[in-house]
Amino acid sequence: MAGRDRTLRGRVAVVGIGETEYYRHGAAPDAEFKLALKAILAACHDAGLDPRDIDGFASYSDDRSDASRLAAALGTHRLRAATMQWGGGGGGCCAAVANAAASIVAGLADCVVVFRSLAQGQYGRFGQTTGIDTISGEKAYLMPYGVLAPPQRFAMRVQRYMHEHGVRQEALRAIALASYHHAQANPRAVMHGKPLDAEKYDASRWIAEPFHLYDSCMENDGAAALVLVPEERAVDFQHKPVYVLGAAVGSGYRTGAIPHNSPLYASASFDTVAPDLYRMAGVGPSEVGVVQCYENFTGGVVMALAEHGFFRPEEANDFLTLENLIAPSGRLPLNTSGGNLAECYMHGFELVLEAVRQVRGTSTNQATRNDVAMVIGGPMVTPVSNLLLGSDAAL
Amino acid sequence: MNRKASSYLPPGLPIPVVDPDGLSAPYWAGLREGRLLMQRCAHCQTWQFGPEWLCHRCHAFDPPWVEAEPRGRIFSWERVWHPSHAALRPHGPYVAVLVELPDAGGVRMVGNLLGDPMQAVAIGAEVEGVFEHHPDSDPPYSLLQWRMR
Repeated sequence: MAGRDRTLRGRVAVVGIGETEYYRHGAAPDAEFKLALKAILAACHDAGLDPRDIDGFASYSDDRSDASRLAAALGTHRLRAATMQWGGGGGGCCAAVANAAASIVAGLADCVVVFRSLAQGQYGRFGQTTGIDTISGEKAYLMPYGVLAPPQRFAMRVQRYMHEHGVRQEALRAIALASYHHAQANPRAVMHGKPLDAEKYDASRWIAEPFHLYDSCMENDGAAALVLVPEERAVDFQHKPVYVLGAAVGSGYRTGAIPHNSPLYASASFDTVAPDLYRMAGVGPSEVGVVQCYENFTGGVVMALAEHGFFRPEEANDFLTLENLIAPSGRLPLNTSGGNLAECYMHGFELVLEAVRQVRGTSTNQATRNDVAMVIGGPMVTPVSNLLLGSDAAL
Repeated sequence: MNRKASSYLPPGLPIPVVDPDGLSAPYWAGLREGRLLMQRCAHCQTWQFGPEWLCHRCHAFDPPWVEAEPRGRIFSWERVWHPSHAALRPHGPYVAVLVELPDAGGVRMVGNLLGDPMQAVAIGAEVEGVFEHHPDSDPPYSLLQWRMR
């Protein structure tokens, strides 16, 4: 049946993951493209795969490490798939995996690397906008009023959501505390050895109300990559295969209406995308054991988790507590590597790698329930994307 | 209207200019004349902002620009502390508001809320527009700011 064939569920598997060392912005000793190469080679090594056998590349957010240059640098036998997901921010971190998986399922490619390389120290920080004389388009309606960079662009969405649903600052704080808690056990994390507690959070400066410093992601340099192959090859590699259960991309009705004119304004943009994901994967929120959710800002995580059905917006204050959000056995272990707040702002791709580790059972903050792991990419932008990964037992 | 250089935020922020394809030209020209112009479809009367070449409701091309009353209510707001631009570094906190215009189909606009940057801001509060002209800027431009009504 054609309808049943149109799915990613169980058709592809992640067989290798790799990343560079993660650095503060400006601290990477290597060029951005070299970082990409290092992460890709690390992922191939993890899989036990000859990098020359890669036949596709997928990325997002206008990654500068071009697929053809990568193929030439690595000396791959040939290039068969090269997909770039439209849209900025981390909204494409799961979509890039979906595009790679779709290439494989459609028979366009057999071994696709999905990656993100980003050296903000070399190419400019997302959080600074100096050096722009004139501006047109969407930003012309925002920047002259000081709505310049992501903190100012997203704070009003979260403020409205908190107003509509009575969400308190403590709910945002719990998300920051969970990321920092997990980073303390993760030696890769930029904030490893730098714990955060409620008092330090409360005393931290405002960036843009309702975002404190610790509600806001870091800016970093590094690269991360994974290798996807068809399901029938998954057991040929050295690690436990991690299967794609489902993925979804996009946003709802006129989410892209600028400036700030999306009808469903107080939203993380998953109103249509979350149901699509669950439908493809054939699971519901209660079956998800562990979640990695992109934190550009903690407020986006609140909205995204609610839109994925883990709680109703009115229950956010009760659900979002540190105890509930930490591994191994909180109600919903969240951002178990430290995520964008405390591991590395690898534009969300570090979250995808962490979900793979969770299903493998190799996280430094291993969740007890790990057969189904979710990744949520890029709350509040459009398009957004999400991903469910699972073990053999979840198929 | 006082056309002296009095602005809510310090000079040096990016200056708004018309899109290369000309789509927003009537909007920015209107502000310079102290008029708020919005697209309103001639066929189905739908208001539309930001501008587009097509009415999103009935797909009629080139919705005409009509004058709208710069009155609305605060839909959301933020107090910004962190300077994301060098021009703001010595400045201190400021308030940005998202204003909903009930008389123009509920479209929303971003601006600053004039007055004390530490004032309490309430979602739902009624505001009116204040044109902020920058005639000596290169290129010259005007903004639409908001004050409590």
